[in-house]
Amino acid sequence: MMKGKPFVHPYIPNSVPEIKEEMLREIGVKDVETLYQEIPNRLRLKRKLNLPEPFLAESELKKHVTRILSKNETCEENLNFLGGGCWQHYVPAVCDEIVGRSEVLTAYCGEAYSDFGKFQLLFEYQSELGELLGMDVVCLPVYSWGMAAGNAVRMASRITGRNEVLLPKTVGPERLATMRTLCQPLAMPDHVDIKIIGYDTKTGLLDLHDLENKISSKTAAVYFENPSYLGFIESRSAKISRIAHANGALSIVGVDPISLGVLSPPADYGADIAVGSAQPLGIHMNCGGGTAGFIASRDEEKYVAEYPALLISITNTVEEGEYGFGWCTWDRTSYVVRDELGQIRNQSKDFTGTTSNLWAIGAAVYMALMGPHGFEEIGEVIILKSHYAIELLSKIEGVRVLFSSNSFKEFVVNFDRAGKTVKDINKALLKYDIFGGKDISKEFPELGNSALYCVTEIHSKEDIERLANTLREVLVQ
Amino acid sequence: MKKQVKLRKYHAPVWSEPIIMEMGHKGERGILMPEAEEELKAVVGDAEGYIPREMRRGELPKLPELSQPQVLRHYEHLTQETLGMEETIDISSGTCTMKYSPKVNERLAGTPQVTEIHPFQDEDTIQGILEIVYKFDLICREISGMDQFTFQPGGGAHATYTNACVLRAYHDANAELAQRNEVITTIFSHPCDAATPSTAGFKVITLMPDENGYPDLEALKAACSEHTAGLMITNPEDTGIYNPRVEEYVKSVHEVGGLCFYDQANLNGILGIARAREAGFDACHFNLHKTFSSPHGCFGPGCGAYGVKKELAKFLPTPVVTFDGEKYHLDYDRAHSIGKIREFFGNIEVVVRAYAWVMSMGADGLLEVAHTAVINNNYLTKLLMAIPGVVRHYAEGKIRLDQVRFSWEKLKRDTGCGTVDVQNRMVDFGIQNSYSSHHPWIVPEPFTPEPCETYSKEDCEYWAAVLKQISKEAYTNPDLVKTAPHNSTIHKINEDVLDDPKKWAMTWRAYLRKTKKRMIENL
Repeated sequence: MMKGKPFVHPYIPNSVPEIKEEMLREIGVKDVETLYQEIPNRLRLKRKLNLPEPFLAESELKKHVTRILSKNETCEENLNFLGGGCWQHYVPAVCDEIVGRSEVLTAYCGEAYSDFGKFQLLFEYQSELGELLGMDVVCLPVYSWGMAAGNAVRMASRITGRNEVLLPKTVGPERLATMRTLCQPLAMPDHVDIKIIGYDTKTGLLDLHDLENKISSKTAAVYFENPSYLGFIESRSAKISRIAHANGALSIVGVDPISLGVLSPPADYGADIAVGSAQPLGIHMNCGGGTAGFIASRDEEKYVAEYPALLISITNTVEEGEYGFGWCTWDRTSYVVRDELGQIRNQSKDFTGTTSNLWAIGAAVYMALMGPHGFEEIGEVIILKSHYAIELLSKIEGVRVLFSSNSFKEFVVNFDRAGKTVKDINKALLKYDIFGGKDISKEFPELGNSALYCVTEIHSKEDIERLANTLREVLVQ
Repeated sequence: MKKQVKLRKYHAPVWSEPIIMEMGHKGERGILMPEAEEELKAVVGDAEGYIPREMRRGELPKLPELSQPQVLRHYEHLTQETLGMEETIDISSGTCTMKYSPKVNERLAGTPQVTEIHPFQDEDTIQGILEIVYKFDLICREISGMDQFTFQPGGGAHATYTNACVLRAYHDANAELAQRNEVITTIFSHPCDAATPSTAGFKVITLMPDENGYPDLEALKAACSEHTAGLMITNPEDTGIYNPRVEEYVKSVHEVGGLCFYDQANLNGILGIARAREAGFDACHFNLHKTFSSPHGCFGPGCGAYGVKKELAKFLPTPVVTFDGEKYHLDYDRAHSIGKIREFFGNIEVVVRAYAWVMSMGADGLLEVAHTAVINNNYLTKLLMAIPGVVRHYAEGKIRLDQVRFSWEKLKRDTGCGTVDVQNRMVDFGIQNSYSSHHPWIVPEPFTPEPCETYSKEDCEYWAAVLKQISKEAYTNPDLVKTAPHNSTIHKINEDVLDDPKKWAMTWRAYLRKTKKRMIENL
């Protein structure tokens, strides 16, 4: 900025001094300071904010931020095998195109008369996801899979009037930590006790015997994942749901939606509530910012009444044959938490707010592009490629792939006999531009020195062979 | 308003798009994914063999089958039928700060250096992300006077929830959690300041306004006790009225051992003017999708940047970003942390945009934002108060900051047209429907405009002219207003369906099932 030149910012039309003066004159005050007279001097910041010098020229700003971001290394430039709740799948250009359209990028809380298209888009998201899950009610996103799972457990607790949830030890640790936060500490009134069920370290499968032992009339729900955090398919899902139901508890299942062209929809094996992340459905990883949790259930009043998130319902209009949309049971939400006297009406029904709807829009487009055959094919190709990786890695001296049961896109690779820690192996792989699997040796000490590898449709046969060959080389170094 | 404003002709796009589930033809494909290589298949065989029989999907999902151009056209039509902030003068959505989201920041957040990053990558490979998170933390510290921030909350309510969890952890660490089970808020603070402590297990006490619109200080003093865990309030409240005695509220809560949280989702009018620290607060939050320009995305992804004083920093969710003078790190090893409020470490793309926005503004720019937001609001107030039917409650003679809660109470009384009717009619002029107020409507027939720094003097005049026209219509032809919208994508919606379990339908499959059932019943 030139010295002495007025500060006119391209984002602020009324920063032009003459305009401001004219407006102040119209308001009838002599300066802007007068407009701040309600803020007492003692509460004022009496100096200029101490912030870095700005880049007022757009070109310089772009250069500055680009320079910082260029210190990152991406999963496109490197060969990435990280998963664990955030996964690298291909994002179709059409998804980016729609998500980037200014109308949906910049809209917010307009109703259906102004933002009709937004409502239809989000209804289509709910509808398409409902088909994948085999469920009639799907809500708009919550923040993440873990939040969705925690919300679902609390829904189950309110529906059953019980305050305990059983879940296998194989649940994703970050998800579990998020659920724990929502389930409140013991001292709080709506505390839900999380009881851990063991698993078979040979197969990974939930220990049914332990489940039968621990389930009781206190159990609100059994929560399990399919495929699990550790990648295997929980083959006895229907049995787990049956045990839950036999004890008056709900069955809540966390699923990866991209598996549902080939794996059973959770409704088919008795799930009462399904949760998960929509991120695999055409959303970029964004360093974890691409997460969007979903919750789905049967269409029963007692379930709908307990949803914390927003629900869009289709309706009609006064015009014959015209679709309309609106908020289903708006009064249920945290926006209507208080009555006219300020008293709480919906104690502990959780909360909603700005979440991740843009990602629901991206997912709607993705599911429409993929269609039934796209989901079938991607499910198959992921299974084939991940098992090819399992096949090749298993042949490496000192490397074992754990769990005899079938997996989907992730699997646990153990390096106990390789004489190197996962940390060291991953550092070595990084030198070859490979991001090795997530180190889970601290999360699951009983699995030893292990890493969680993820293979998806983006990996070619050559990519997988490159991983195997490099790993072999790294392990003998 | 000296010159006459000429209202433009407008009609919303009408495409009468079918629901996508009704579209397409069997066999059409929207995208193809890579196939498994033949040599690979020769090694591993068929996919089916790897799925336990009882877990194989029997019937394919009933998704539509469409080619790519048809999918694109359908969704482009739906986006056209959405009135984005960029397409209108969105002064309407007060409390939301619908400001311009600079396009250059969109380009930056859309680079693979942001989008194609996995949160579990080695720290060495995400130094750029960590640097931006760390530097933006320093910026937020300076703007608030707090000592450390987290960007993990994905929205404003998520940040107030995080605060409720910090309250739990703090009192638990002092072995007082069982006793301190009450959180105090005000009716003009966002409902999330009540809903989120309730979700965290606290009892919530809500203060109602006194005759001047301020939260009742005597009621607060009466509510404070050894059970008080904390206070969660905004200032200025949704009414736009700044409470000059805010430290007395804070002091009262501190005196009984509670913590004070400042909901600064909307900070726009006091950026660089007044901070949470000087008013004595222990914690605060900023919505990066409001004050800090990240786009709203039809309700997220956003970010509720949550900051605390150093005594509370140990409770922040894991991980936090640290800097050792050379390299940035992710610290997961935090014994006192509240744990996780979501997976990973936040909506990073939102933080990148917010950082870029502050770096395009600087201290002078932020002050200019606050000044113009407040000037715009007071200019608009002048225009609106001249419109028949508009009234403003509370604090007569007090100057509002960046927004005002107005009321169409008089219009409703005079013409029968209330705030919802006006909202619906606004759409006919290509203006976003005005935001009324959160529930309950303490101010009757409310509307809450917020003309932030994005809007020009002409924009304010145009917005006011639309309301003036609607007021005129209400007095001369109320039916026109009551039957609105007339130029929208759709006509009057049947709202009875929305709360009727027999008719509501959140999915196409539920809709088909219910309409079929009704058809059979009607035969």
